[in-house]
Amino acid sequence: MAFEYAPAPESRSIVDIKPSYGLFVDGEFVDGRGTSFKTINPATEETLAEVAEASEADVDLAVRAARRAFRGWSRMSGKERAKYLFRIARIIQERGRELAVLESIDNGKPIKESRDVDVPVVAAHFFYYAGWADKLEYAGLGPNPQPLGVAGQVIPWNFPLLMLAWKVAPALACGNTVVLKPAETTPLTALLFAEICQQADLPPGVVNIVTGASSTGQALVSHPDIDKVAFTGSTEVGKAIARAVAGTDKKVTLELGGKAANIVFDDAPIDQAVEGIVSGIFFNQGHVCCAGSRLLVQESVADEVMAKLKRRMGTLRVGDPLDKNTDIGAINSREQLDRIRELSEVGESEGAERWSPACDLPTSGFWFPPTVFTGVTQAHRIAREEVFGPVLSVLTFRTPAEAVEKANNTPYGLSAGVWTEKGSRILHMASQLRAGVVWANTFNKFDPASPFGGYKESGYGREGGRQGLAAYLKGAQG
Amino acid sequence: MPTSATTDPVPGLAAYSEVTASDASLRRFLHGLPGVDQVGAEARAAGLGTRSIKTTAKAWALDLAIRMVDLTTLEGQDTPGKVRALANKALRPDPSDPSCPSVAAVCVYGDLVGEVKAVLGDQVNVAAVATAFPSGRASMDIKLADTRDAVANGADEIDMVIDRGAFLAGRYLQVFDEIVATREACARPDGSHAHLKVIFETGELQTYDNVRRASWLAMLAGADFIKTSTGKVQPAATLPVTLVMLEAVRDFREATGVQVGVKPAGGIRTAKDAIKYLVMVNEVAGDDWLDPDWFRFGASTLLNDLLMQRTKLTTGRYSGPDYFTLD
Repeated sequence: MAFEYAPAPESRSIVDIKPSYGLFVDGEFVDGRGTSFKTINPATEETLAEVAEASEADVDLAVRAARRAFRGWSRMSGKERAKYLFRIARIIQERGRELAVLESIDNGKPIKESRDVDVPVVAAHFFYYAGWADKLEYAGLGPNPQPLGVAGQVIPWNFPLLMLAWKVAPALACGNTVVLKPAETTPLTALLFAEICQQADLPPGVVNIVTGASSTGQALVSHPDIDKVAFTGSTEVGKAIARAVAGTDKKVTLELGGKAANIVFDDAPIDQAVEGIVSGIFFNQGHVCCAGSRLLVQESVADEVMAKLKRRMGTLRVGDPLDKNTDIGAINSREQLDRIRELSEVGESEGAERWSPACDLPTSGFWFPPTVFTGVTQAHRIAREEVFGPVLSVLTFRTPAEAVEKANNTPYGLSAGVWTEKGSRILHMASQLRAGVVWANTFNKFDPASPFGGYKESGYGREGGRQGLAAYLKGAQG
Repeated sequence: MPTSATTDPVPGLAAYSEVTASDASLRRFLHGLPGVDQVGAEARAAGLGTRSIKTTAKAWALDLAIRMVDLTTLEGQDTPGKVRALANKALRPDPSDPSCPSVAAVCVYGDLVGEVKAVLGDQVNVAAVATAFPSGRASMDIKLADTRDAVANGADEIDMVIDRGAFLAGRYLQVFDEIVATREACARPDGSHAHLKVIFETGELQTYDNVRRASWLAMLAGADFIKTSTGKVQPAATLPVTLVMLEAVRDFREATGVQVGVKPAGGIRTAKDAIKYLVMVNEVAGDDWLDPDWFRFGASTLLNDLLMQRTKLTTGRYSGPDYFTLD
């Protein structure tokens, strides 16, 4: 008799979603002057709330508020700024369940991940940068380091709260003030974070949150009184931002797309490599810029690895993001689902072999089964373009040199994985791979102390670690 | 010692006769198995431990866990009275609830098998530890005599220990031959044989690579079950060690067609822990192993916690420890 797990839903009674939300400007929630848009639960398509769409004038007000707050915030001692950041970090921990549930409802990611990954890493990020706030002089970034001013920050929908933390924590620690625009489909946890800023008594204007779509983002990054633009998102939009700020003295960091190679050698710990392949591409429904979307497996173990991978994929549980046993949640939006479907169809028509385990998908909401394509070559679009979904392309190689060549043969360069029990090979591969992060015998591990960022079309600048401070200080390379 | 093919009744293993032909070939084979990454294995085990098993699934899992318990007492102070009491508990773990299933077996030292058998008859199995348990430090003749004695006393199952000294010294063929010989000693006059469980004492083997190698070695030698620990050495059973062993039995069946059981023993004290193991069996080896014939818990205090949780599920209330028998 089979072991059927009974439904184990996390209660959503802990979150209180208001029918409508305004903008967070100068420490207050205010009505926007523009229109509004709906944010939905991608697992059910139910409307969660109406959210204000910030107009150019709203963005201007937010930037002015940030500018006013900059004077006091930047002159405050690092020790004092640290107190606020530590306080925010602790409130995030205290309200962790609320944040996790809200993140899963608005984004579609499984509660297991929002609870065990997103929220703890968010809190860790604030704790980490709180620790830097009074030690900036010792960061090796020059004597008497100075903040840049007002940072305009635009973040994506895949890790709404985590990307907020990556942007806000280092900026504030260095003495900058921020205007942040969360993604159109996932604004709710950023607005809850605004509430946390109030709870922490953060001085008004230090953090401002303007919700909206691409026009709001454009208004923010092209605002003349912004000193710094930080963007995480698609390469296409990243290029547009780079063009928009060209010729200004705004500092820019861009964290863009990826098409990471996850390289499995024949001497790898196979069972753990299979786990790494699964977490590399199916973590967060594959909505991860550093996802291991290209599996490069040595031909001599390809059959064994594929057999084990397929068996493992058969145990993945797709469904209700709030069920504690769900491994793969909902695709974040219809638009993204269409893109995943389109690229998967292209993969099939180009001759790659498509496989998914049998799984029942819910009838409403946006869903895509975990999918693997075998027989993929470098000439296939699914081996080159970022799918940003639970779709793995499998290629084979014969020698380490061929693995390096194929791994680097992409316009991107954000991350890579190497699986081998030979330590010297790990070091060799890490030096050859043109990727900002190389994971060895693991994948998709994040720590605030470790810098993150890309090569080539994956962007420039680093977030996290000591290096992440450079992006928010004058004169430092970042 | 000869390792004749006549002791190997299973055609799937014939392909491996070359592997066990010499110490060198056995070593090459065992060291050629894919390695186990410690961090990755522990992360996978911890991940499976976060599954949330509620309501109907929990009720099902608790009953299954009770049916999988090898209720164990292995103390110098064991007496006929003590093991008879334990045997009665094995038959009726919860005397107030006839719907509560019996456990899988009672596990004792070889000299007490007869006492237990007198109570259990054929309703619940009797398992005996043998081969100079727990250290395994005795000459081969004594280990085999120990085994034959327990079988003659009526043991249905023999839990043997491997010679960890030989294993750690790299004398794999010696360990292999001892298992083969003990298996032969499990034979009964009527041609049947007592089921052989092979204890690795993973707390002494220490690395997951060693656990994987010991698993394959024991399975090639004809083990019916592979078992983590004696309960006398810390750490005893852990989730990651059991994960590696479950992967081994799964891969072994795929390679040979032979299914081997797994028994974590020692240190599993709560129903919550037991359910984590069952989740792991389900997702790593598959539901073919979710049966007392293929998965056991070597435990003593675990049983009362399983009973307590079972009562809580049916009545909605926790009862005090005095409502459950101490035997």
